[in-house]
Amino acid sequence: MANENAAKLSKNLLRMKFMQRGLDAEVKKQLEEEEKKIISDEHWYLDLPELQAKENFIIEERSFVPCEDLVYGRMSFKGFNPEVEKLMALMNTQNQDEEEEDEEDLSRMETDVTDEEMARRYESLVGSMKRKFATKRERSQMQDEDGKRMIEAKVKKVFLKPQD
Amino acid sequence: MSDCLKEKVGEVLLPGDIFSFENTSEKVICGPGLRRNGDEVLVCKSGILRHKHPNMYWVDSQQKRYVPVKGESVIGIVTAKSGDVFKVDVGGSELASLSYLAFEGATKRNRPNVQVGDLVYGQFLIANKDMEPELVCIDSCGRANGMGVFGAGGLLIKVSLGLVRRLLAQQSALVKELEQVFPFEMVVGLNGRVWVKAQSMQRVQVLASLLESCENMTPQQRHALFRRAANGAS
Repeated sequence: MANENAAKLSKNLLRMKFMQRGLDAEVKKQLEEEEKKIISDEHWYLDLPELQAKENFIIEERSFVPCEDLVYGRMSFKGFNPEVEKLMALMNTQNQDEEEEDEEDLSRMETDVTDEEMARRYESLVGSMKRKFATKRERSQMQDEDGKRMIEAKVKKVFLKPQD
Repeated sequence: MSDCLKEKVGEVLLPGDIFSFENTSEKVICGPGLRRNGDEVLVCKSGILRHKHPNMYWVDSQQKRYVPVKGESVIGIVTAKSGDVFKVDVGGSELASLSYLAFEGATKRNRPNVQVGDLVYGQFLIANKDMEPELVCIDSCGRANGMGVFGAGGLLIKVSLGLVRRLLAQQSALVKELEQVFPFEMVVGLNGRVWVKAQSMQRVQVLASLLESCENMTPQQRHALFRRAANGAS
């Protein structure tokens, strides 16, 4: 009786949220498929070829300043305005320094820590790093080995009784 | 790739000339007067093609109309105060806006003292083709570095953009000769405005007329004129 009634209900009504509980799995699936179809039909897209990102080899620069290396615009001469003269020296050397610094930085970076220094430092680090990554058992073994060595060293130092 | 551009360095180009490249493997920076159109470079100003190592090309042209470019330093005239921004005339097609917070040490409470008619030296923060340009009087660190309101007791003149670039060039012969005349101060904006100040008004006028006459003169003529001015001044 109930099923017959349900079949008579319209699809739009069945799609409503409060009707979902009483629906069979089959009817549910059917409804979902229909809904999907409606959505995909309504979605539209541009029929365009896919855009390809190309690297640009032509760069536009609209200012004359980087082209002609123009200097700072405020100037004062022969001590007319000492403040501006100071500023002028500062701003004009800044620009020149930037170019020189780039090269200097590279060379300084290389000489900061030499390869030999680094090797020497890592030599002493090898032991402590090894211990850090070792398991507990390995660590105790390592300590034992060290201990044995210590004992051997001690044994050698034991006082030997002179023979008669 | 840049061979066809390199061949033309030092020659006169006209708007509409096209450079096209077959094998694109090298980067090319095209400066003012050149425009990119797909894989081609179009010439959009008439003038002489210049080249800077390694791959920068631009057209050296003569013009008087200034077009705002991001990052360039210009001299502006404050023409209106409207709420939070000043409207500044920079000689472009549109007035530039200058926020009252874009001065060194300015806060919401501590407003800078800027009056209508003042001269400001600032740089463009925004300069788009279709948008109102925006001017600031501080650099990215918040320091003024000589920017801001200036111009008590000097004279503002307008010269061509080409002369401004000659004044601002490194080791400019023009400036070196000019500084021999007498002590003075000068602010040069890339928008073609030059402000000069010297000890007396007379000297300011001499300086202004010297600058204006520099526009079309051979180095010899200039040299002679400057010497006469220096003799007359001292």
